[in-house]
Amino acid sequence: MNDETNDGRMSIIVRTIATMMLPFILIFSFYVIMHGHLTPGGGFQGGAIAASAIVMMIAAYGHKMMEKRISEDGLSMVESVGAAIFAVVAFIGVIMAASFMYNFLVGTPLFGETPPFGSNPGILNSGGVLPILNIAVGMKVIGGLAAVVLIMALAGDKEGDKK
Amino acid sequence: MIYNEAIPAILIGLPLLAAFITPIINLASRKARNAFVIAVLAIEELLIILLAWHVFTDGIVIYTMGAKNPGIVPLQAAVPIRIVLEIDGMAAFMGLISCTVAMAAGIYSISFIKEGNGKSRYYTLLLIMLAGMLGMEFTGDLFNLFVFLEILSIASCGLIAYRQHADAVEGAFKYLVVSNIAALFVLFAIALFYAQYDLLNIAAIAKVMQYTQLDKIALVLLVAAFAMKCGSVPMHFWAPDSYSTAPAAITAMLVAASQASLYALFRVCFTLYGSLMDYQTIGLAIIIFGLLSMFIGVTMALPQKDIKRLMAYHAISQTGYMLLGVGVGLYLLGSSDFNVYGIKAMEGGIFHIINHAMYKGLLFLTAGAIYYRLGTRNLNEMGGLGHTMKFTSIFFIIGALAIAGIPPFNGFASKLLIYEACYKVSPILSIVAMLVSVLTLASFIKVFHSAFMGPKMHDVKDVKEVPKSMLVGMAVLTFVIIFFGLFPGWVVSHIVHPAVMALVDKTAYINAVMGG
Amino acid sequence: MIWNVPFITVALLIAIGLYAVMFKRNLIKIAIGITIIESGVNLFLITLGYRKGGVAPIYTNLPSGVTPQQMVLPVPQALTLTSIVIGVAVLALMLSFIMKMYQHNKSLDSHSRRLKG
Repeated sequence: MNDETNDGRMSIIVRTIATMMLPFILIFSFYVIMHGHLTPGGGFQGGAIAASAIVMMIAAYGHKMMEKRISEDGLSMVESVGAAIFAVVAFIGVIMAASFMYNFLVGTPLFGETPPFGSNPGILNSGGVLPILNIAVGMKVIGGLAAVVLIMALAGDKEGDKK
Repeated sequence: MIYNEAIPAILIGLPLLAAFITPIINLASRKARNAFVIAVLAIEELLIILLAWHVFTDGIVIYTMGAKNPGIVPLQAAVPIRIVLEIDGMAAFMGLISCTVAMAAGIYSISFIKEGNGKSRYYTLLLIMLAGMLGMEFTGDLFNLFVFLEILSIASCGLIAYRQHADAVEGAFKYLVVSNIAALFVLFAIALFYAQYDLLNIAAIAKVMQYTQLDKIALVLLVAAFAMKCGSVPMHFWAPDSYSTAPAAITAMLVAASQASLYALFRVCFTLYGSLMDYQTIGLAIIIFGLLSMFIGVTMALPQKDIKRLMAYHAISQTGYMLLGVGVGLYLLGSSDFNVYGIKAMEGGIFHIINHAMYKGLLFLTAGAIYYRLGTRNLNEMGGLGHTMKFTSIFFIIGALAIAGIPPFNGFASKLLIYEACYKVSPILSIVAMLVSVLTLASFIKVFHSAFMGPKMHDVKDVKEVPKSMLVGMAVLTFVIIFFGLFPGWVVSHIVHPAVMALVDKTAYINAVMGG
Repeated sequence: MIWNVPFITVALLIAIGLYAVMFKRNLIKIAIGITIIESGVNLFLITLGYRKGGVAPIYTNLPSGVTPQQMVLPVPQALTLTSIVIGVAVLALMLSFIMKMYQHNKSLDSHSRRLKG
């Protein structure tokens, strides 16, 4: 690989495969996040998968190209919003119901159903606030991990310039 | 009322929520962001005063996260489920320190930290740091303690490296390595407890503690880890580096943060093990840590030329006083002398914690004010600042006299308690303590003379007084120092004594969670 | 006994990690050492949660013929996950500090430090 002419991009085979894989990885990560209350996985794991998709794109296309598509400020904002959702959900527990982090959605139409006892695959529309918290954590992890990798890639770039 | 009951959770949750809203508000306006942060810190201060008042009058407050009735801990076969916050006198006392220092640091930072891309993140991390400290102090769950310890150390490392100088990054790296190893020790100790008792709740473990061989290993790990984090002598090397390179407001916060570790050390020694362990040996070890910290800290401080580095060594030396006072209390625990002067020694040590947070915070803020105007921390390049920076020099004098233990200020009150009580155990302890106090005064006279006295140096002629917000931040701490100095009796009997009794009375802490 | 192998590994990992942190001069190796200590502690936690013949604690997914008493307690796994998440954050922060220090000092040697005395 010669980074000088290609701007850090990898060969066309890698780029094409990466582009093809991207939607599948993202869908899998959203599956892991959304089924966090039913199957192994959850916000952090799903978020890490989605962030690894972004890392794959950075590796395949080079960080200069990706910098134009995703900004570090935007990723930080996603992270902040995710964390804020988490805290707001926790506080709604105090204001509307009994205590901090109280599961106030049980019994409501939104994520409020109770799965039957016995062997069954579970109901997606259950779990109370847990799916919401999983989504919030997922947002935070996607934003945080992708921002860290992007910043490190850019910092390595600056270092190269100085030399 | 439900909101009154929920104060402990709000105290930890509000800074976390505010931390992540701050960057969003920053998009709208910078002034709104400053006002928002200060408002949050002021609300925190108000809430902690309410909570402390409640704890000091009515006893331990329990809050169970996510329970229908947070005041009662759900027990299942003697295992408390869910995360429990347990605020006794000592925790409320430490909460007061953290919130006060955070408020002063927040106000001070408005003009101290220059506007730029990173400032909203600076406030985010500051608020997370406050949440981490409060979480460590309030939690009744060992694993939760570990999580908040890590939150606190990651946030503080980010802040130490905020200016991204080579020195600052190096200080932050050292602190990160030390605090992460300490945190992993803590996690290992928690795993040892979990392996034996299947419990994570501090009160529940304390109830069934057998003091087996594994518990002894866990004790050593915990004491070593928290002593490392609070900067006592054998593991003090990170303190001067990270204290001197962090922005001044953060250094004040770091002092409060290392005291949160000190709190965790006391909590482990007194509540988790208490009279079960060989308290005389552990007490003696803590006394020796304390003496070494006092003496080595102050002797290393004397030759320093960097003003913040000098103060950082004094911070180590002052930590020694707290360890000495509480160590004497631990040494005497259970003996008949405890009620006579053991309690007095502990009152001195605990009172010194809050005093130290206030005056050392103030001194670091004045050093930051000098740095803000001159751009240097080297004492040789300063001189004659008293002509132009009048308020700063007054604040510095107050802080310096307080740290040296000169009568009208608060340092005198706590040091006198320590001298008196330690003299009964062994006169050598008191002699060392007084000697260290004299050396402290000597080194601050040196700083005062070279920074504020003398003729104006030609290259620092045009310095002005620092902006108002920085003065207000310093004034908050000065007010507390003077108040504590004028009414030490009231403070000791109403704030310090309940905190000491809460530490000593292990059964009350256990019964609040486990019931009868 | 063969069942003690995980615990011996834990002790070895922590010892190797501490050795790396204390005696290695390269900053990256110090970071690696901390990660190794962390792996040791995580392995210890996860070993505590192991139960022979245990099943995942999901009520609705219980295989037939297995009683709920055979489910493992999920707490050690939850603790390990939390500790891994914290470890990721610490490692990212540590590596970015090392990058900054390398930019300033042009060296990864911990003896080329600036703060002394």
